[in-house]
Amino acid sequence: MSAGLYATLGIDRGSFGLDVALTVEPGTVLALLGPNGAGKSTALRALAGLVPLDRGSVSLSGRCLDDPDRDVFVPVADREVGMVFQDYLLFPHLSAADNVAFGLRAGGLGRRPAREQARTWLDRMGLSELADARPSAMSGGQAQRVALARALATSPRLLLLDEPLAALDAGTRMQVRSDLRRHLADFAGCTVLVTHDPLDAMILSDELVVIEDGRVVQQGAPGEVARAPRTEYVARLVGLNLYRGCAAGPRVDLDGGGTLTTAEPRSGSVCVAFSPSAVALHRQQPEGSARNCWPGIVGGLEQRSDTVRVQVLANPPVLADVTAAAVADLDLTPGAAVWASVKATEIRSYPA
Amino acid sequence: MRTQASTAPDQHDRPASGRSARGRGTGLPPLLVAPAVLAFAFLLLPLLALVVRAPWRSLPELLLSQEVGQALRLSLVCASSATLLCLLLGVPLAWVLARADFPGRKLVRALVTVPLVLPPVVGGVALLLLLGRRGLLGQYLDAWFGVTLPFSTPAVVIAEAFVAMPFLVIAVEGALRGADRRYEDAAATLGASRSLIFRRVTLPLIAPGISAGAVLCFARALGEFGATITFAGSFPGVTRTMPIEVYLALETDPPAAIALSLVLLGVSVVVLVSLRDRWLTGSAT
Repeated sequence: MSAGLYATLGIDRGSFGLDVALTVEPGTVLALLGPNGAGKSTALRALAGLVPLDRGSVSLSGRCLDDPDRDVFVPVADREVGMVFQDYLLFPHLSAADNVAFGLRAGGLGRRPAREQARTWLDRMGLSELADARPSAMSGGQAQRVALARALATSPRLLLLDEPLAALDAGTRMQVRSDLRRHLADFAGCTVLVTHDPLDAMILSDELVVIEDGRVVQQGAPGEVARAPRTEYVARLVGLNLYRGCAAGPRVDLDGGGTLTTAEPRSGSVCVAFSPSAVALHRQQPEGSARNCWPGIVGGLEQRSDTVRVQVLANPPVLADVTAAAVADLDLTPGAAVWASVKATEIRSYPA
Repeated sequence: MRTQASTAPDQHDRPASGRSARGRGTGLPPLLVAPAVLAFAFLLLPLLALVVRAPWRSLPELLLSQEVGQALRLSLVCASSATLLCLLLGVPLAWVLARADFPGRKLVRALVTVPLVLPPVVGGVALLLLLGRRGLLGQYLDAWFGVTLPFSTPAVVIAEAFVAMPFLVIAVEGALRGADRRYEDAAATLGASRSLIFRRVTLPLIAPGISAGAVLCFARALGEFGATITFAGSFPGVTRTMPIEVYLALETDPPAAIALSLVLLGVSVVVLVSLRDRWLTGSAT
C-alpha cells in the first residue's frame, strides 16, 4: 500500500448506517459534502479513532489503524492525526502558545523547545501577538488559525477538518478560507475536510465526495460534480437548477411537471441543469428570444454576497440569481407574480 | 452568513411596545409575601441574636484563652486534613461515577450519598463498629499493627471525611458531567495519554467545581459534631473540636460558647462569600 489514506467506513447506529469509501493521496484535500445528519462528522470521527468501525478498515501510510475483522484498533492518541473541530475546542485554560505546544509536549518534547516550535507555528499563521492570549480573548478567525496550528504542530500524516469555517461570520470567512487554502497547499499529508457549504468544498478540495444518508451519491473533481450533479440535493447545493425528465429531441418533459427546451437534442431519460444566474425574472410575460418562459410566484429571497437568490414557485420550480437592483426594480417580495425565462443555450442536458 | 429576506418584513412590522412588558408585570400575592417574610426572619433572627448577645468587650480575651485556641487549631487542622483526604479519594470516585460505565453504577452513586442524609451520630456508631478496637476492621488494625483509631485525632479526621465527602463527590461529579468531553477528544487527537488528558485538560476544566466542592466539604467538616463526638469523643486538644467545645462551654461558660459560635459563624460567612466568587468565575469562563 502506498502513502495515502485508504478507508472503507462502515458504522451502524440504530436505524442510521454509514457506508463510505475514501481514498486520499498525500498532499491532496478531499471534501466530504452533505446535509446535516448525512454522516459526515461520524465519518471524520471514525477516521480520527473517536468512533470504532463496525465494518471496513482504515489504513494510513501503509499502517492499519482500524479493522474489526482483524481485531485491529489503534487508539486516537497513537494515530498521527490532527483534527480541527467545528468550534475549535481550544483549551480555555491555556494560552494560544500553550495550546499549540500541547501536542508537542504530549509527544515528549521538553517545555522550552515545545514553546519555541509553538511560537514558530503562530508566526507562520500571522498570530505572533496572540501567543500569550487566552482563547476567550480571540476572534473566531484567530481561534480557527490557532486550532489549525495546534493540529499541524504535531506533524500529522492525516489532517481532519470538521466544518472549519462554519463558526465564522461572512466577513472573516472569505479571508480565513483563502488562508486555509494556502496552509492546506503547504501540508504534505492527507487532508479530509467535512463541510455542508459547497463553496468551501469547491475552493478547498481536490476531490469532492457528496454523501446523503450515509451513502456516497457522487464523487469527483469539484468542477465535474458542479457541472453534472446527479441528485437534486447536489444540484441545489452547488447552485444549479436540476430536473429529471424524458427527452424527445430538444423538448424535455420534466418528471415533476413542466417542459423545457434545450439546445442539444437527446432522447430518453435525462438530467437537465442550468445555473440560477441564467434565469431572468420579469413582472410581465416577456417578448423575446428566450425559448423557455413560464409564470410563477416568488417563494423567498436569500441575500448572497453580491446577488439575491430568488426562489420561484412555478412549474417547474426554479432558483434565480438576480442583482439587488433588480429586486428593487421588479419589486420582488414573497408572493409577487413573476415570469421566469431561460435561454435554451443555457440549459445543459445529460443522460440520467 | 445569509439573511433570509423572506422572513424579515413581519418582524419589522411588529410594534415593539406594550404587550410583552404588561404580560410579565405580575403583582406579588400577599398570601405568599407574609410567609416569605416570616421564613426570612426565621432564618436570620437567631444569627442576629448571636451577634447582639455576643460579649464583644471580653471577646479578644475569650478567644485567646488556651481552651478556645486549642479547639480552634484542632478544628482547622482536622477539617483541612479531612478536606485533603476527600479530595484525594473523592475526585477519583467522582470521575468513576461520571465516566465509567459499569453494572450497578446507580446503586453505587446512591450509596455514596447516604452519609448526606444519615444522622451523623449513626455515622459515628457505624465508624465505631468498623474501626473500633473490636470493630470489623479495627480488631485487625489493633492486633497486627497496634493501631487504635477511636478517640484519637485521626478519628476526628475520619469522622469528618465520612460526613463531608459526599458533598465533594456530588459537586465534582456534576462538574465532570457538565464539562465538554470533546476537549478530551481534542487532547487525544494531539497524542495525549489518558492520564495526561486527566491532569492537563479535565482537571483544569473542572477546577471551579472542585474548589466549590472542597469549600463545601471543608465547611461541613468544620461544623461536624455528631459523628465526631461518637467516634472520637471529646478530649481537650486531641478530639475536642470547636462545635464540641461550644456545646460543652454552653453549660459551664456561656460567654465562651457564644464567642466560639461567632467564630464559626464568621467562617461560614467567609465560606459563603468565597463560594459565590468561585461560582461566578466558574460560570464566566
